[in-house]
Amino acid sequence: MLRFLAIRLALIPPVALGVITILFVIFKSVPGDQAAIIAGATATQAEIEQIRTQLGLDKPLVEQYARHLAGLATGDLGYSSTFRANPLPRILERVPATLLLMASSILVMVLIGLPAGVAAAAWQNRWPDLAISSAVVALLAAPNFWLGMMLIALLSVHLGWLPSFGFTGALSLIMPTMALSARLIALVARMTRGVVIEEMRKDYVRTALAKGLDRRAALSRHVLRNAMIPIVTVIGLQAGFLLGGSVVVERLFAWPGVGDLLLTGVSVRDYNLVQGVTLLFVVGFLLINLAVEILYVVINPRLCHG
Amino acid sequence: MAEATAGVAAPRRRRRRSLFFAIGASLLALFVFLAAFGPLIAPYDPYAQDLLALLDPPSAAHWLGADQVGRDILSRLIVGTRTTLMIALVSVALAGVMGVALGLVAGYFGGAADRAITIFIDLLLTVPNLVLAIAIVSAVGASAVGLIVAITASFVPPLARLVRGRVMEVREEDFVSAVRTIGMSRARILVRHVLPNAASVIVIELSLLAGQAVLVASALGFLGLGVQPPDPEWGAMLGASRELLSVAPHLVIAPGLAITLLVFAFNMLGDGLRDKLDPNFSG
Repeated sequence: MLRFLAIRLALIPPVALGVITILFVIFKSVPGDQAAIIAGATATQAEIEQIRTQLGLDKPLVEQYARHLAGLATGDLGYSSTFRANPLPRILERVPATLLLMASSILVMVLIGLPAGVAAAAWQNRWPDLAISSAVVALLAAPNFWLGMMLIALLSVHLGWLPSFGFTGALSLIMPTMALSARLIALVARMTRGVVIEEMRKDYVRTALAKGLDRRAALSRHVLRNAMIPIVTVIGLQAGFLLGGSVVVERLFAWPGVGDLLLTGVSVRDYNLVQGVTLLFVVGFLLINLAVEILYVVINPRLCHG
Repeated sequence: MAEATAGVAAPRRRRRRSLFFAIGASLLALFVFLAAFGPLIAPYDPYAQDLLALLDPPSAAHWLGADQVGRDILSRLIVGTRTTLMIALVSVALAGVMGVALGLVAGYFGGAADRAITIFIDLLLTVPNLVLAIAIVSAVGASAVGLIVAITASFVPPLARLVRGRVMEVREEDFVSAVRTIGMSRARILVRHVLPNAASVIVIELSLLAGQAVLVASALGFLGLGVQPPDPEWGAMLGASRELLSVAPHLVIAPGLAITLLVFAFNMLGDGLRDKLDPNFSG
């Protein structure tokens, strides 16, 4: 287990280096003069040139790349025109809000998706199953920002129960969580349904039933243990959606997280900020996947040797 | 016993799935029709501002109401169909060509080409889909073309990985080694034998990706990073009405429903195709 962890952790830096390189190429191929963008619309030619030399944008690309890497190694993401400095501290101070949103979405995903999937399996092909399966199909097609807007229209505007934007306490977490977790709930419900139906047909469950164990006990004692796997799988497969979706949801609800900062960077063409946040998302993605692999081994120790 | 219950459940599932497929296909046909003839069907000019109809709720004159500058929402929805459908189909087609080419080469030839392509794919897969699209749009510029570039780039890696895996399976099968022994050229084996056997997996994935493309395009439109105003696009229509939710909720319902229905159509098509084309899949 420790060896496995060490190998996976050791892979993170080279992957990050590769992504850094790809992002560097993308943003260096941007049309337009970066020094002029940073200087702003009112800058004189002399000011633009001064910024160009200051930030080393007049150097050959290879040298810029080397400086970029050396800077990143010391935690310097480069000059951000939004903050007029290295944006790293300003990015990091927004991480907790995004983590909170993701954690609560995963929690809600389990709390709603799992029972819904089990219920659909228990009443297979009868009305609870049809209702849940239809809801799954609808939730997989609806864009999360639209669901969020509908929630705002209903719960904030119409009923006045919840604040519609910003972070103002526990209540303000409800709607962003619902918007972000809708798709995850649907996926967990669908996979859980499949797993439970499959498990209920297996020999050991039929033996238990034949020996007089009632269906409910069989479900909770034997089948549900296997339902952990779809949950972990969905988290792993949807890690990218969770991170990407948070950007849109954060913007809709003016949630003070990292995704909102990414969009700020995009709107003012602050490429070092965009690159920094993207890199943070990549690291988040790698860590979620690492956690998923660890959980797989914890759930099913046989995988450790496989 | 287990086989028996599966045997009973399967036809029912197949019936339900082919119903889904029919629903998806007909919905999609409707959208294609709207995309083709939208400007002719739309009751109003989608750009025409009627200042007497500002934020009008649905009425006999404007079935879905009018927006913040008095434009007919129904007309903008109908005309916007073409934009969304075109972005989704073009980017999925481009991603299809590139993803299939990369996956075929990597999966069939193996060796250094495979390693290089796999590393590149794996790297891109670590950047969340939407984040990659946002980063690319911010570099390329917010427009329909920018959207297509961004969506294509974010779809190539998963597709290439899928094709590579399928090709590696097919490559090991007896009939491929058979044609190899009789001296058929590699290119011909790839096109004549390997590709057709990977085709069903590819078609299913492309259909599901088209739904995802609609979601990504409308999300970027919503964020102001997609199609720019005043051109009608569903996501951008939603983005423009965020501030007006409290006064005019009718601005929000219809465009969102349009996106949901189109994604639903592609999803149903993909699921239905999976049942028709992939007999090994049980879901």
